[in-house]
Amino acid sequence: MVEEIKAHITGVVFQITTKPGDRIAAGDAVIVLESMKMEIPVEAPRAGAIKEIRVREGQTVQEGDVVAVLE
Amino acid sequence: MIRTVLVANRGEIARRIFRACRQLGLKTVAVFSEADRDSPHVREADHAVAIGPPPARESYLNIDRILEAARTSRADAIHPGYGFLSENWRFAEACRAAGLIFVGPSPDAIRQMGDKTEARRLMAAAGVPVVPGSHETVADAGEAEHITREIGYPVILKAVAGGGGIGMTRVDKPEDLATAFATATRRAQAAFGRRDVYVERYLERPRHVEIQVFGDGEGTTVHLHERECSIQRRHQKLVEESPAPNLAPALKDGLARAAVAGARAVGYVNAGTVEFLVDAAGGFYFLEMNTRLQVEHPVTEEVTELDLVVAQLRVAQGERLPWRQEEIAQRRTAIECRVYAEDPAKGFLPSPGKVERLELPSGEGIRIESGVEAGSVVPVHYDPLLFKLITHGTSRAEAVERMAAVLERSVVEGVRTTIPFLRRVLASDALRQGRVHTQMVEQGAFDG
Repeated sequence: MVEEIKAHITGVVFQITTKPGDRIAAGDAVIVLESMKMEIPVEAPRAGAIKEIRVREGQTVQEGDVVAVLE
Repeated sequence: MIRTVLVANRGEIARRIFRACRQLGLKTVAVFSEADRDSPHVREADHAVAIGPPPARESYLNIDRILEAARTSRADAIHPGYGFLSENWRFAEACRAAGLIFVGPSPDAIRQMGDKTEARRLMAAAGVPVVPGSHETVADAGEAEHITREIGYPVILKAVAGGGGIGMTRVDKPEDLATAFATATRRAQAAFGRRDVYVERYLERPRHVEIQVFGDGEGTTVHLHERECSIQRRHQKLVEESPAPNLAPALKDGLARAAVAGARAVGYVNAGTVEFLVDAAGGFYFLEMNTRLQVEHPVTEEVTELDLVVAQLRVAQGERLPWRQEEIAQRRTAIECRVYAEDPAKGFLPSPGKVERLELPSGEGIRIESGVEAGSVVPVHYDPLLFKLITHGTSRAEAVERMAAVLERSVVEGVRTTIPFLRRVLASDALRQGRVHTQMVEQGAFDG
């Protein structure tokens, strides 16, 4: 099952902590956003493998934007 | 003499400083990043200079761009505000080298107080009590363990180059120390570019009480009494007031004396704040010195009826302080609430966006310092402070009552704010009785 992981807030991509192929557990940080001087992880909603990372470091993302795809 | 002041900052503090400049008949220069092109602070200045893209590193933290803006706008002084470059001694030095007046202390004082271990050493030498711990960088987990055995758990690991609560790691038991040490050094490196950390006893339920000091470099160093700032979250202050409630006169006197002694020990010039932790037994310990104007300075201004920013500008241009210690009195009570673009219902998650509606009350005893107006876009790149609400009264009850009413009548739409949380704080028994400590917010004392 493929699932999109969306940003839950507006921010700048601070760090990409996973790469395609990585197996992750529910709650693991997929990327870290920075908003207003706070680092906020975007977490995997369930366990799975990263299929795709859709953002790059330094990019601004809006709330609801897809940042990665889980399979 | 200063004729033109460039404010190397944004938001409410830039506007606050411009107001003091206008009062003294000085011309004003704003700098702004691309994200702040339409901000009120840009419009209000006599002249405004674009200094770069939105990320702070490329604009508000870019020393070369700011000095260039000062040169082209013929500014002869730079006020750094708080945050950004305000506690960067290299910036203060670069201002001097460029022939500009830096409105603040000497580069040496900034450097000494900015190095947290050196600050502790200097304060201890001046007779100011410091929290038990290493006064030096701790080399490794083994050394941290050795020190901790002497001072006892819990301890806190802090970045030597740190401040503002960033990069701190608490350790409760010996078996956690090695992991925590690794975490703390990694955080220190990431946040400050330096992995050095030191260890300190962690005080349970302490109060944060700070003393406003001011020196003029001509032999006068005074204090402007205390501010109680215990209501904090992640070491960021949310509510401040003065006088501090339930503070024994002898303790208050001890704090003020220690702060002035500390400021004198570093030859401190201009406005600064000495922060202390006060424990339940009435012991107090030096926390750090902020070598700049504080966010919460209006509390002191409302209580003493003195203008700190005007005094900063006067002293920066070589005038003597117009105040004698015995004339500086706490004439009334004041309280400040910081309103951030954060959602208290979602763990204080940042809430950038457009302010669609903004209605703030005005009236007797109410002061508002705002960086935004209706239609402002709150960018993701900077601190989430939107505005500060300050009320004063002839009694603490009056100031508190007034603040509660101001919070009830404040309307912000478009971004989430900390107002609902602040309303709960103002309604709480802890605040009403003035029995607060720095760990209350995290312990959920004001959760809805």
